[in-house]
Amino acid sequence: MENKAARHIPETVLKSLALKPFSGVEIGQPEVNYVGHQVNITTGENKVVDSIADVIKKTLKDGMTISFHHHFRNGDYVFNKVMDQIIALGYRNLTLAPSSLTGVMNDKIIAAIKQGVITNITSSGMRGSLGDFISHGGLKQPVIFRSHGNRARSIEEGEIKIDVAFLGVPAADPAGNANGQTGKAVFGSLGYALMDAQYANHVVLLTDNIVDYPCTPASIKQTQVDYVVKVDEVGDPDKIGTGATRFTKDPKELKIAQMVNQVIVNSPYFKNGLSFQTGTGGAALAVSRYLRQSMLDQHVKASFALGGITKPTCDLMDEGLVDKVMDVQDFDKGSAASMAANSNHVEIDASWYADPHNKGAVVNNLDVAILSALQIDTKFNVNVMTGSDGVIRGAIGGHQDAANAKMTIITAPLVRGRNATIVPDVATVVTPGSSIDVVVTERGIAINPARQDLIAALTKVPGLNVVSIEALQQAAEARVGKPKPLAYTDQTVAVVEYRDGSVIDVIKAVKD
Amino acid sequence: MEIKTTGVAGTLESSDIQVMLSKGDNGIEINLDSEVKKLYGDQIEAVIKTTLTSFGLTDAKVKAVDKGALDCVIKARTLAAAQRATKTTDKPALEVL
Repeated sequence: MENKAARHIPETVLKSLALKPFSGVEIGQPEVNYVGHQVNITTGENKVVDSIADVIKKTLKDGMTISFHHHFRNGDYVFNKVMDQIIALGYRNLTLAPSSLTGVMNDKIIAAIKQGVITNITSSGMRGSLGDFISHGGLKQPVIFRSHGNRARSIEEGEIKIDVAFLGVPAADPAGNANGQTGKAVFGSLGYALMDAQYANHVVLLTDNIVDYPCTPASIKQTQVDYVVKVDEVGDPDKIGTGATRFTKDPKELKIAQMVNQVIVNSPYFKNGLSFQTGTGGAALAVSRYLRQSMLDQHVKASFALGGITKPTCDLMDEGLVDKVMDVQDFDKGSAASMAANSNHVEIDASWYADPHNKGAVVNNLDVAILSALQIDTKFNVNVMTGSDGVIRGAIGGHQDAANAKMTIITAPLVRGRNATIVPDVATVVTPGSSIDVVVTERGIAINPARQDLIAALTKVPGLNVVSIEALQQAAEARVGKPKPLAYTDQTVAVVEYRDGSVIDVIKAVKD
Repeated sequence: MEIKTTGVAGTLESSDIQVMLSKGDNGIEINLDSEVKKLYGDQIEAVIKTTLTSFGLTDAKVKAVDKGALDCVIKARTLAAAQRATKTTDKPALEVL
């Protein structure tokens, strides 16, 4: 059947996974029930154990669901340490439900799939060899991709029922109070892991740094934790985040950033109390530099910045241009340090950040979101999941969630190498066009026709080249030519959910 | 036009193509390695073939490593490789482009 994003969703997939097709971005006011979780009561003065294998044997059975967080990113040692034991112990048919997957985990997951240890996966995304493996039909059951907000919702509503959460932390006390801000392998906000700590039947912390009781700030609390496993190292501090953030010198990115800034400054949202979320790409980082100058020049202060946080955003707060930083994860060392040092830098969990089914998430209060894209089509649909070759190489992250902002701006170069970025139809719809307002490329900006107010406000700005999305698509095609259509098999290798849990698109295996 | 030596042009940088031309006797045989082969492989081979034909070569072995080059770049690199292979670089055949 065809869903509201005009994508064909096989009935068999909807039926076997008991999912509904995407029917629009409006969440409405449904009444839902959150699920409970198992509690193994203990006085819990000392939960420290040395053996990962012993904890696994005590808590895990075949067919269960395990989870991890990805706050260590490519510096993660915890995932492979735990998976090595699980594979060695001969477990079967596990569901892997991490907040996301990073490159260092790829080889281990492929091995676990081949041995039947992992038979189901839900994640925000995947890249590299694992994306390639899945896109070539490596896993029988389709992977379910969920945004960060949708994962929080799915955990609360029991669609993801975590049996054992293995959560690495740079500091914990013997009773299980823990945070991401002290120790060697610090990463700042534990935002995504807080869902697992709250809802998993068993919560296992892994740390290389057991501190005196009580460990505060206690992002994860002793009330939630079953075991604290002492390991030699949880992560490589140099690979958790990039070091000093350098601003791009790429003239194309700088031009895009300047145009984004003009869009923001000339929008109705640029006034005291402004709120925004920026991504991490070169152009997004450069936006914060231009925005800073505009805020100084026009005496505008922001009430908060949201999201995955980088040092340049923290600098705006230190300068008094942003009141609060609402932080679900940190992308560099500077922002992780800022959280520890500044009480206006606030740790938020994934539900507070972006969950569509709670009593209000921060994304609903967001004015401006600046997001990136692999592809955008003439219906303003955005793909951040599959490359131009149809292979999985991305993550939803908070894309669908932040696109809930009052003005969502997508930044992208018109072409990348020989691949057009603005295309007639995206390979995979991740964020629906109805939540996208402005597309900024170095060759001009396109505004969603649904936003006549923005068209009126931005068309008269000198130097802003407002064109139709079709004109951008044609300019891209004139440069790179018309590609041959991609060939897929009939096998559905992944399902992309919208933030409410409906199916917005499916990903088929590529034909090679 | 006769191929006298192996001619190479282009780099392995992003958005470039490296074209290597050597003697052949079975028409224009192209061995293409490209990150956009699925989408643009046929088009890239057609551009190389047309460029060589209009330069006056009918037999050649072509090894091309493409890093997402646009057609204008493919033409330029192919012509440069052809002129080096035929030792005619003293007379730039710009009309081919």
